Amino acid sequence: MLRFILNRLALVIPTFVGISILSFGFIRLLPGDPVEVLAGERSMAPARREQLLHVFGLDRPIWEQYLSYVWRALHGDLGVSLTNQHPITQQFFQLFPATVELSLCAMIIAIVLGVLFGMLAAAKRDTWVDQVTMGTALVGYSMPIFWWGLLLIIVFAAGLHWFPVQGRMDLAIFFKPITGFMLIDSLLSGQKGAFQSAVSHLVLPSIVLATIPLAVIARQTRSAMLEVLGEDYVRTARAKGLTESRVTALHAFRNALIPVVTTIGLQVGTLLAGAVLTETIFSWPGIGKWMIDSIGHRDYTAVQGGLLLIAVVVMVVNLIVDVLYAVINPRIRVH
Amino acid sequence: MKLGHTLLTAGAIVAAMTGSALADKTLVYCSEGSPEGFDPALYEGGTTLDVNIASYEGLLKFKAGTTEVQPGLAESWDISADGKTYTFHLRHGVKWQTTDYFTPTREFNADDVVYSFGRQIDSSANKLAAYLPDSTYAYWGDMSMPDQVAGIKKIDDYTVELDLKAPSSPMLANLAMQFADVVSKEYADSLTKANNLAQLNDKPVGTGPFTFVDYQKDANIRFKANPDYWGGKPKIDNLVFAINKDPTARMQALLANECQVMVYPNPADVDALKANADLTVLEENGLNFGALWFNTQQKPFDNVNVRKALDMAIDKQAMIKAVYQGLGEVATSPLPTFMWGYNKDVKGNPYDPAKAKQMLADAGVKDLKMRVWAMPVSRPYMPDAKTAAQMIQADFAKVGVTVEIYTVDWGEYLSTSKPVDRDGAVIIGWNGDNGDPDNFLSPNFGCDAVGGGNRAEWCNKDFDALLKQAIQETDQGKRAALYEKAQTYIDQDTPVALLAHSLAVMPMSKKVTGYTIDPFALHHFENADISE
Repeated sequence: MLRFILNRLALVIPTFVGISILSFGFIRLLPGDPVEVLAGERSMAPARREQLLHVFGLDRPIWEQYLSYVWRALHGDLGVSLTNQHPITQQFFQLFPATVELSLCAMIIAIVLGVLFGMLAAAKRDTWVDQVTMGTALVGYSMPIFWWGLLLIIVFAAGLHWFPVQGRMDLAIFFKPITGFMLIDSLLSGQKGAFQSAVSHLVLPSIVLATIPLAVIARQTRSAMLEVLGEDYVRTARAKGLTESRVTALHAFRNALIPVVTTIGLQVGTLLAGAVLTETIFSWPGIGKWMIDSIGHRDYTAVQGGLLLIAVVVMVVNLIVDVLYAVINPRIRVH
Repeated sequence: MKLGHTLLTAGAIVAAMTGSALADKTLVYCSEGSPEGFDPALYEGGTTLDVNIASYEGLLKFKAGTTEVQPGLAESWDISADGKTYTFHLRHGVKWQTTDYFTPTREFNADDVVYSFGRQIDSSANKLAAYLPDSTYAYWGDMSMPDQVAGIKKIDDYTVELDLKAPSSPMLANLAMQFADVVSKEYADSLTKANNLAQLNDKPVGTGPFTFVDYQKDANIRFKANPDYWGGKPKIDNLVFAINKDPTARMQALLANECQVMVYPNPADVDALKANADLTVLEENGLNFGALWFNTQQKPFDNVNVRKALDMAIDKQAMIKAVYQGLGEVATSPLPTFMWGYNKDVKGNPYDPAKAKQMLADAGVKDLKMRVWAMPVSRPYMPDAKTAAQMIQADFAKVGVTVEIYTVDWGEYLSTSKPVDRDGAVIIGWNGDNGDPDNFLSPNFGCDAVGGGNRAEWCNKDFDALLKQAIQETDQGKRAALYEKAQTYIDQDTPVALLAHSLAVMPMSKKVTGYTIDPFALHHFENADISE
């Protein structure tokens, strides 16, 4: 098992190098630079432009900029944002808990409902239950997140007033964050109504963010279940006279889990991508919204540092999923 | 079905439990973005300036809702006969804000002014670098202050003297801008001593109407009323900025009373907002203009008759309706009509497609194909450039000109539209900084701005000489006459097709009173009140 983990870790190094080059290069490939965006409609005298490029360190050769970025990154220093001059790591860790909280809630909704609907559809194969759940999943999978989020806001927030439109906490309630996780901080604050407010702010964005992963998981669960249900050992279990629920829940489901877990692991990337839009619509102060703003400002340091940190997170999650996969499926360990 | 019902009921209960009332008067403002920082000298984006004006003030300020300069922390000032020495007499008894991170031991005085200006003056020798890594005194540089200011000195505790290199008439207006706000020297010194000057950009201490309480990055900013404010304690107790980039979501938050004032609605939503009985929509002339910028150095746009013909081909009234949703007026001069120095006799080129077609034929232009640049973002002077470009395309087709609409990401748009060899005509405009006519003309039409903000790449020596003469002139009446004359050059040469001056629109709850729209598109809350 240890060897397996070490093997996986060794793969992280080339991935890291690749990502550092991509994150450094992509934002620079975009035309326009931070100085241009800073100037806006305004003219900028060549001398002033040079001054700013010098202050930002952008007048040095590109390879020198890259090496200095990698060297500093290896020492844990990702520099400061070119737009707001705050350290990148500090900003990331300020905003990351909000994204994690939202993603976790969305993931829980997606897994619980996705697996449930998938199993239901498989068990009731080719009936109207199957068709309705899979049809809904297809709609969910194709849903434009931006439109879906605004629709929910207009109906449930602005129309029915059941949920708030934006933010993470009622603005009438105020406490300094401790962990950055609003569900925990609201309990720690001891303020009346704070926890309920945190929950109600989470409902709509979590539903929006969960929609696509939910659909994917439901479809994957259904097909994995159908495959397993056709296996000989399932027929044997039935032949032994076990109840259908026992056959499905114990014999079939455990084996169907393997591809489902892989799918769940892969959804982490989807969640982070979806978080970009969800956070923008619900004004959720997380890293997705931060990255979008930084790209618009051509904030090189924020984009390259932020992408690197996000990539590290995705790599760690994938590593955990790989390990988990090996735990569920012993064959992986052997090969 | 049952599950859905349970979820919805639970949601309703949760929502009911969170709708708690506040004892204090709190005004929530739905703002459009996060501030870059809290030091007024470091940034120039309107979003950041909005936050700065809550807690900071300068020697001078603009009278609410106007571009008129009035006393701020300076009660009065004298200008020497040669126009190069400005002496400011400072207000007595102004207290610095007391916060949980700083307790002042003295009142505002000349040391604070000398410190606030001195750091920007000193940085001129060092590429404008400020005290944070990768930071500069950007606005100071962009308003060309290093070329104008020689130094500042304290005469006594309540008198300071600002020395200029040459007379500069827009100086007073510049000094009312946010980069000239005064920060506390005592606070800065205590932070320097603790080796933590960076905090100056995180936690502000000013003399203004609101005291900073807290900022949750990208989520909200909290202020409370400054009880010691020399202009009187504001009527609201708490001011909260709720940050939301999306205009539709901001509008929904306003409709749900999660905020009481919102900024920048979608023009298309304004009619619905006006129809809502719980809301008021304030409107005021904006300090801006939107235009289509020809490249006057390229054929056939180097021919003034071609430019005039194309200008005459655009149905601007239709554009006001479709693009600005009626919230604007056709521009005949870059200067808005309410600004001093505006020349009301300049009428612009009339809409006349038939004559335009004839003029193009006379100029020998046949089967012209050109590119029109459409901005990818909405700006106060141009809410929907894509529609504007499509209308121009249709209008130009009527006079036999084929238009290809071109659009790229905003960062690229700004940079690639500047060079003199740029292809095609660009839709872009200008938001005024300080209400001085020079601020509209020099950065956009001056010869120095060719290859930069002068996207018409137009350099008229006589026009430029007028601008230079006006800057040196101290008498406002004489300056106005010079600018009026300058506008006739723009009218005759038509380097740009002037499109519109847009209106500033602020939807707010009927409960909000005393709020005035600011021509600079900044947002002031010191006079605002809210009823229960």
